[in-house]
Amino acid sequence: MTLATVSTQSSEPVFHVIDEHAHPEGASTMLGFWIYLMSDCLIFAILFATFGVLGGNYAAGPAPKDLFDLKLVALNTTMLLLSSITYGFAMLTMEKSKVGATQAWLVITGLFGLAFLGIELTEFAHMIHEGATPQRSAFLSSFFTLVGTHGLHVTFGLVWLTTLMVQVARFGLIEANRRRLMCLSMFWHFLDVVWIGVFTFVYLLGMLR
Amino acid sequence: MFNNPEIIKTIFGRLTLESLPLHEPIVVGTFAVVATGGLALFAAVTYFRLWSYLWREWFTTVDHKRIGIMYMILGIVMLLRGFADAIMMRLQQAIAFNGSEGYLTSHHYDQIFTAHGVIMIFFVAMPLVTGLMNYVMPLQIGARDVSFPFLNNFSFWMTVGGAVLVMASLFIGEFARTGWLAYPPLSNIGYSPDVGVDYYIWGLQVAGVGTTLSGINLICTIVKLRAPGMTMMKMPVFTWTSLCTNVLIVASFPVLTAVLVLLSLDRYVGTNFFTNDFGGSPMMYVNLIWIWGHPEVYILVLPAFGIFSEVTATFSGKRLFGYTSMVYATVVITILSYLVWLHHFFTMGSGASVNSFFGITTMIISIPTGAKMFNWLFTMYRGRIRFELPMMWTIAFMLTFVVGGMTGVLLAVPPADFVLHNSLFLVAHFHNVIIGGVLFGLFAGINYWFPKAFGFKLDPFWGKLSFWFWVSGFYLAFMPLYVLGLMGVTRRLRVFDDPSLQIWFILAAIGAFLIFLGIISMLVQFAVSIMKREQLRDVTGDPWNGRTLEWATSSPPPNYNFAFTPVVYDNDAWWDMKRRGYKRPLSGFKPIHMPSNTGTGIILAGLATAMGFGLIWYIWWLAAVCFVGLLAVAIGHTFNYHRDFDVPAAEVSQVEDARTRLIAAGAQS
Repeated sequence: MTLATVSTQSSEPVFHVIDEHAHPEGASTMLGFWIYLMSDCLIFAILFATFGVLGGNYAAGPAPKDLFDLKLVALNTTMLLLSSITYGFAMLTMEKSKVGATQAWLVITGLFGLAFLGIELTEFAHMIHEGATPQRSAFLSSFFTLVGTHGLHVTFGLVWLTTLMVQVARFGLIEANRRRLMCLSMFWHFLDVVWIGVFTFVYLLGMLR
Repeated sequence: MFNNPEIIKTIFGRLTLESLPLHEPIVVGTFAVVATGGLALFAAVTYFRLWSYLWREWFTTVDHKRIGIMYMILGIVMLLRGFADAIMMRLQQAIAFNGSEGYLTSHHYDQIFTAHGVIMIFFVAMPLVTGLMNYVMPLQIGARDVSFPFLNNFSFWMTVGGAVLVMASLFIGEFARTGWLAYPPLSNIGYSPDVGVDYYIWGLQVAGVGTTLSGINLICTIVKLRAPGMTMMKMPVFTWTSLCTNVLIVASFPVLTAVLVLLSLDRYVGTNFFTNDFGGSPMMYVNLIWIWGHPEVYILVLPAFGIFSEVTATFSGKRLFGYTSMVYATVVITILSYLVWLHHFFTMGSGASVNSFFGITTMIISIPTGAKMFNWLFTMYRGRIRFELPMMWTIAFMLTFVVGGMTGVLLAVPPADFVLHNSLFLVAHFHNVIIGGVLFGLFAGINYWFPKAFGFKLDPFWGKLSFWFWVSGFYLAFMPLYVLGLMGVTRRLRVFDDPSLQIWFILAAIGAFLIFLGIISMLVQFAVSIMKREQLRDVTGDPWNGRTLEWATSSPPPNYNFAFTPVVYDNDAWWDMKRRGYKRPLSGFKPIHMPSNTGTGIILAGLATAMGFGLIWYIWWLAAVCFVGLLAVAIGHTFNYHRDFDVPAAEVSQVEDARTRLIAAGAQS
């Protein structure tokens, strides 16, 4: 955008952009996506707060020490952290415009994500089998809701990842697709950060209660 | 096959013929009127072959101006519904004395006060506020559209979807009987096993998604799309208040979404968040919902403050007094609105220290608000005030809002609140600030910007009639409630024992009737203005001698808003341009890049609404099909990479030449 010389003294003030270029498509997308992530973060904040308030209300039912298997959770955490690293590699290869390598890293990311979900579901199934259902106590209600919401986000991320891989395969690493991969990248790392919170506040501190 | 109850249940969930409220003559009558009106509208649109036009030009539009107008229409239509509820309550309370049960059963009455609150906040005030922000703000910052035009269309239709669900509850099943915030344990499945609370939940969830996305969209628009030269401290005050309001939306609506999800889990899955046993805590719900609820009232009132700032400056013919302090006051209110939520339940029993903290933060809010009030007064001081309709509403606001603000400070004193809590004093207070603040502001805004949107002014005679009916009706309807509240009458009562109270309720009912006349006058005002549009026509695009950029373009503005993006030097940008001898460019037009219309938004919102309906009635197959449909349509939409087009220079030139001719013709006559 060229602004002809703007000077308050000049007798002919410039009131218009003479030679205007349209805003490039998606110029606001990153900002918009950040704001969306922060609004999503607020949903997690509410779930964390609810867990913080109700997490000690076992209603004479099972407590974290009876339920959590820290080794399994550590393995699970590793899966998710690794998936974040591999997503990072996907973005690096995307910067070099290598379609094949990008796709490969995305597949690996997706597999780690699936592994994470698989382990989480196993853990849930195990707990429910032992009678620790979401209905059992306010602690379990808030536990399943917080961890499950995170899991739903990961599931949604996997659907999104698959869609993007189809789009990259069909249209290549065009500008729009790069932007979308960048958004998913932010989403994916965001889920990682949330999980760190879950791991710390729900599992580790739960074992100390 | 249809004799098997299991199959019927699979297909229709818990929806049966008994769900239709055929035993309620009032509802049946309403349905007859609504159905006749709806059929007449449908027939008229079909007869005049308008469906294709409406679909192409309005339903699928991504133009922020048309979306803004549709929000306004939604808000005004829902105002009629919300007001019908109000006048029914006033009538009931005026006659239910001396052993009379009135004319409403408790089952019906409880739905009415819940629906009234929900509709007035979510489907009247919110659409009207969002509509004005959508219409005006991009014009004020010299933008061609919002940052995410498709999202804007989608947000609008989600709001409509929520409204459709709430309206459907009137004729299919019933609405919540819990009060507008649906406190548990009353709203839990044990005490509200029917569909009412589910209508409430899904109506608000569907609309809430739209509101959040619209908030994100408008923040990005203000941050990214301002005209060159418009720094943050050169933005018009309405744009500033829009920014703060949308920040509040994004930072509070997710809380509502989350807390309603938790309530749904309690109802659908049997979790124990807000139950009385198994470790649940109903007070957790009350805290969470007010963490959304208090910012919500500022979401509504901040844009109204913005409108008053624009109107006062324009109709006093002066620069706004204390622009900087106005901006800071707005920002301070934005922040403080998160630190006061507990004043809605001082009686929870959280102790003196907690109550003192929240009482003090609440009182502090009156300081920036008071600063605003003085800024408006000083803007008027020694100004050349024109008492046109927008200015009249502004003055009515200043007088009324100060009363509401002072009763608010009274309620902020915890010991006083222990007496006044849940009384009609509280009801009078919040109607005093919402009607006197938000609604008067919206009416000022409608009268102020209507000529921008349609190219002709609103008829002043019917406008003034409406103004006097509304203002006098408001005082007559709500001042008695202050008195009753001080006498200890609690809210939401259906029948009364003490006959000495009746006179006050009769006065309030007469006030409500005056407001009814005000609403009718307003509708007549619209009709008369449309009929007399040639006399009321404005071709200059600047009928009020305005100060901000929206008056720089034609009325109504072309779909690209500005042929050339304006350059801004002053916070009254258009005033500055006029003062320095601005000449409209007549040639050298270039093609303009614009977003294309799309039907995806309305389809997605339709699916979301149907999914909500399925979840309300336990029609699981419908919910599942709609959910899969939502995913498929959303993903399908992302495969469309070509969402914009260029308005050719020739077309721009044609539109601008037509305007030149109009202005010339207007100058001659």
